Amino acid sequence: MTGGAIVIWIAVIALAIHAFRARPGSHSGRHANYLILGGGAIVPTIVLTALLIYGLAPIPALLAPAPEGSLKIAVSGEQWWWRVRYETSDADAVVLANEIHLPVGEPVEFRLESPDVIHSFWIPALGGKVDMIPGRVNRLSLTPTKIGVFRGACAEYCGTSHALMSFYVRVEEKAAFDRWLMRQRATALPPSTPLAKRGQASFLANGCGACHAIRGTPADGVVGPDLTHVGSRLSIGAGILPNKPKAFVHWIARTDQAKPGVLMPAFGMLPKADIEALAVYLEGLR
Amino acid sequence: MSIDPGPLTAAPPEEVQRAQTERLLEAWKQPTGWRYWSAVNNSVVGLWYVAMTFFFLLFGGVLALLMRLQLARPNNDFLSADLYNQAFTVHGSVMMFLFAIPIFEAIAVMFLPQMLGARELPFPRLSAFGFWCFLLGGIFLCGSIFFDAAPRGGWFMYPPLTSKYQSGIGADIWLLGFSFIEIAAIAAAVEIIIGALKTRPPGMRINLIPLYIWYVLVAAAMILFAFPPLIAGSLLLEVERAFHWPFFDPAGGGDPLLWQHLFWLFGHPEVYIIFLPSVALMAMIVPTFAQRPIVGYGWIVLAAVGIGFLSFGLWVHHMFTTGLPGISLGLFSAASEAVAIPTGVQIFCFIATLAAGRTVRSVPMLYAFGSLVIFVLGGLTGVMVAVAPFNFQAHDTFFVVAHLHYVLIGGALFPILAGCYYFFPLINGKKLSDKLGKIAFWLAFTGFNVAFLPMHLTGLRGMPRRVFTYQAGLGFDALNLVSTVGAFILAAGLAIVFWDMVRPKKKQSYSERNPWNAGTLEWTQEMPGKPWGMRSIPEIDSRYPLWEQPNFLRDVDEGRFYLADAEEGKRESILTSVIDARPEQCLRLPGPTFITLWAALTMGGFFIFGTFSLWWPSLLSLLASLAIIIYWLWTETALIPEKAEKDVGLGLKLPLYLSGPESAGWWAMFITMLAVLTAFISLVFGYFFFWTVRADFPPDPVPGPGHFWPLVAALLLLGAWAQTVLARRWNRNDHASAFYTGLLLGSILAIAGGAALLAGPWVTELDPTSHVYPATVWILVTWTTFQILIGVIMQLYCIARRVAGRMTARYDIDIRNVALYWHFTAFTAVVTVAVIAGFPLVA
Repeated sequence: MTGGAIVIWIAVIALAIHAFRARPGSHSGRHANYLILGGGAIVPTIVLTALLIYGLAPIPALLAPAPEGSLKIAVSGEQWWWRVRYETSDADAVVLANEIHLPVGEPVEFRLESPDVIHSFWIPALGGKVDMIPGRVNRLSLTPTKIGVFRGACAEYCGTSHALMSFYVRVEEKAAFDRWLMRQRATALPPSTPLAKRGQASFLANGCGACHAIRGTPADGVVGPDLTHVGSRLSIGAGILPNKPKAFVHWIARTDQAKPGVLMPAFGMLPKADIEALAVYLEGLR
Repeated sequence: MSIDPGPLTAAPPEEVQRAQTERLLEAWKQPTGWRYWSAVNNSVVGLWYVAMTFFFLLFGGVLALLMRLQLARPNNDFLSADLYNQAFTVHGSVMMFLFAIPIFEAIAVMFLPQMLGARELPFPRLSAFGFWCFLLGGIFLCGSIFFDAAPRGGWFMYPPLTSKYQSGIGADIWLLGFSFIEIAAIAAAVEIIIGALKTRPPGMRINLIPLYIWYVLVAAAMILFAFPPLIAGSLLLEVERAFHWPFFDPAGGGDPLLWQHLFWLFGHPEVYIIFLPSVALMAMIVPTFAQRPIVGYGWIVLAAVGIGFLSFGLWVHHMFTTGLPGISLGLFSAASEAVAIPTGVQIFCFIATLAAGRTVRSVPMLYAFGSLVIFVLGGLTGVMVAVAPFNFQAHDTFFVVAHLHYVLIGGALFPILAGCYYFFPLINGKKLSDKLGKIAFWLAFTGFNVAFLPMHLTGLRGMPRRVFTYQAGLGFDALNLVSTVGAFILAAGLAIVFWDMVRPKKKQSYSERNPWNAGTLEWTQEMPGKPWGMRSIPEIDSRYPLWEQPNFLRDVDEGRFYLADAEEGKRESILTSVIDARPEQCLRLPGPTFITLWAALTMGGFFIFGTFSLWWPSLLSLLASLAIIIYWLWTETALIPEKAEKDVGLGLKLPLYLSGPESAGWWAMFITMLAVLTAFISLVFGYFFFWTVRADFPPDPVPGPGHFWPLVAALLLLGAWAQTVLARRWNRNDHASAFYTGLLLGSILAIAGGAALLAGPWVTELDPTSHVYPATVWILVTWTTFQILIGVIMQLYCIARRVAGRMTARYDIDIRNVALYWHFTAFTAVVTVAVIAGFPLVA
């Protein structure tokens, strides 16, 4: 398509330059009419018809629902992160945030929605974008064919930190995927080091659990991202910071700076040691 | 058929000519000193208008540079997220609403009369009023960014982000400020349409109209149907923000997608409203420099009209990713591609004209050529993004940013710059500098491509639009830096153009008359121009009179044509018939006044106080505005002339007063009401949209508004309408008492009808904040009642006019226009009743 566009572009410009230079009289009136009809109407009609046939042919396949029994993942865009739910056949779905794993070669159906404003779910390497509209449910089916880590982003302007709303998709072998999903379903690992224990105590004491859930602990908030296995993820803050203790410290202490307008208040007033302990604890939640 | 002008008489003796010139100059004298700002003449108001649009271009351009600085590096903190979001919102909104559309109207206001050999637009005070509204609204909007209060919802303002998730007055400024400016834009569109249809010179039949006029006629007609859906949408969104009527809130049964439909019903035609008048400039420039008439005149007109129609069927391609069924994707993809065909036809007409002529190299042609190079590429990427599967990838990325700038800068800005270099001598009699023009062109052209060509790739690599920053190492870094450098080169080019326009030109000598040897009427102007426009209004029998009508300039200058004199010291021009431009009326035109400024200030007060939710001052401003407008109409419109007819020269006698479909005022009312009706239909569209997407619309059982009161309202309002129509006839037949009682009864019926209409939802206790159904019923009823209220004021106005002797049986413009208004109002009322009372029975 791009090649065709460039050829047409060069042809039109060349024609215009030729017209600019041409001596009068070298083109008769009839010539001019042929040029207008041919160049302006007939050729474009043929080219565009061909383009439409070629370009629209994939639509049925793109819109077709995934076959019965495919993996179903509900993704909800929220200002400015992604709530991800693996809707497995068992009673309890697996809830996580800002990261999606997919088995290679298997069709998957995303159920896309939003509780607040309009977002758009987009993994450029795997497929087109689909909007997440409050009050509606949109579906996107695709089959990843390549193993690897891909980046996704929100494509619809959704407020202050629209730019900071990304996520990662890891496409892996079915076996690895199953193992991963099993681990995600499990409750959180208990903290093992004294520092991590202090971090957990701080997490519970400072009310973090009002918004965040860490399954296996009293923290069961549903407002913010589920942190049960936050340490296992490729990034934190919806694809904006590396999953490192230092990044956690920055996030917890200067949340508003890391993501302007974010709902979570910054906890910079906590003692530095507490914040560092929190970071170690969270980073350890693999 | 057209009148037979007969042979021109000999030129009058020189003293007579001199006396005529003096009288004309006296009648068309521009006010001086501080009274300069009371001018209403199209050449003065047009100049203010153009100057302001360029100011806003500069403002929007500076915002763009700030954004490019922020994006020059990944994770940059030059602008905060919030400020960046304000900047891109204001940039987009300013460029669309305060530059691209107004500049088309501004150029048309400035040159349309000259191109038509007319002395003035048909409603000079309306253009002045439109300008003041535009100025006030524009400054209010732009100023808000200095107080960190600017809108930040994007120029597309999608709810629920803008309805529930952005506190502060930013969104209100956008909604109310732009509604105010849109009203000014519609006023200018009415003016342009009537100017093009009714103020043509005698003999300029519909097939001789200059192409520029055809284009602006199509664009102005598009404004009539494109802006009202946005005004209706803005009304709904502002009512949701201010009073919590849940039109776009799914929790209350609403749907955010309604906004997107209304917005793009406006937004897509808008692109062509910008594009067509700019191509129009090319259609004037290309024949001049090819030194021959345009090739394919008929094709171009057909293509322009075709684009006008097609552009209303494409809006859904802005919504391809909202989850539409395949059939919609296919249909709207195909419709979007179809628009490429009329566009191609126009481009090939220009190429054919160049090929057939001996083209002269010049600065305007340089810009025209740059426009072609850029625009064709933008058009081709447009063809690409219109294919739905490609759109799924490219939509809302920098690819689209590149595409739209190629289209708008290539399709609008470069032609406008070409127009600046071409038309500038008509403004102050002096040419712009060829040298600066060339330097500026190469800077702007190079800078533009350096800035925007890489963005195609940035977008395809996955960078979404409207992001205040991006992470390093994703393949965007170098491309963004290049774009930033390009943006500054482009800005340097534009800065030189601005400098060339404003630099002092005292020492530069005046250009010769018709410096480009053009063939169209505007180039009859002397250098520098005279305030009267044309010395005498010519008889036309060709498309390029300066090329094709021998001794044309001499005949115009010696006053051998029409209206060579201003015997009564009044401003006058000629109105002609729509199709074959037969002279119909000698139109008296009003002179300088400050009243338009006062009307705009008070009207602005209504919107600006409303932004701050100061409802009482807002209402007072509205009433003041209403009073001023009534005073304006009372003192300056439909004046009864001192004699019935006037000799306009060449043995032609024309009436000084016409009413009904032959008069300009009747057309203005008709065209305005088409726009009002379109806004109302957009609200009705909302009703049916909710019905198609929501199972609980209307709810079952239907809570209101019942059948009794709506039916009573319909009967009363039909009675009010019938009384108004009858009153028009009684006035014509000079039955004064029947006229008074009939119209008084009509206004009583109208008031009762309006009350009955409100009674429906009132007695059934519909609560508009509870659900979208009551909210939609209330909005339809309120809209109609408001229209009825204005209708009552008009009825009483007519009674007062006749009592005061300002309207008689013969001089009856007022009542005829009011009867026309009531045709539309009665229709609106009947539709409202049918929808709110009748549709629940069917549904």
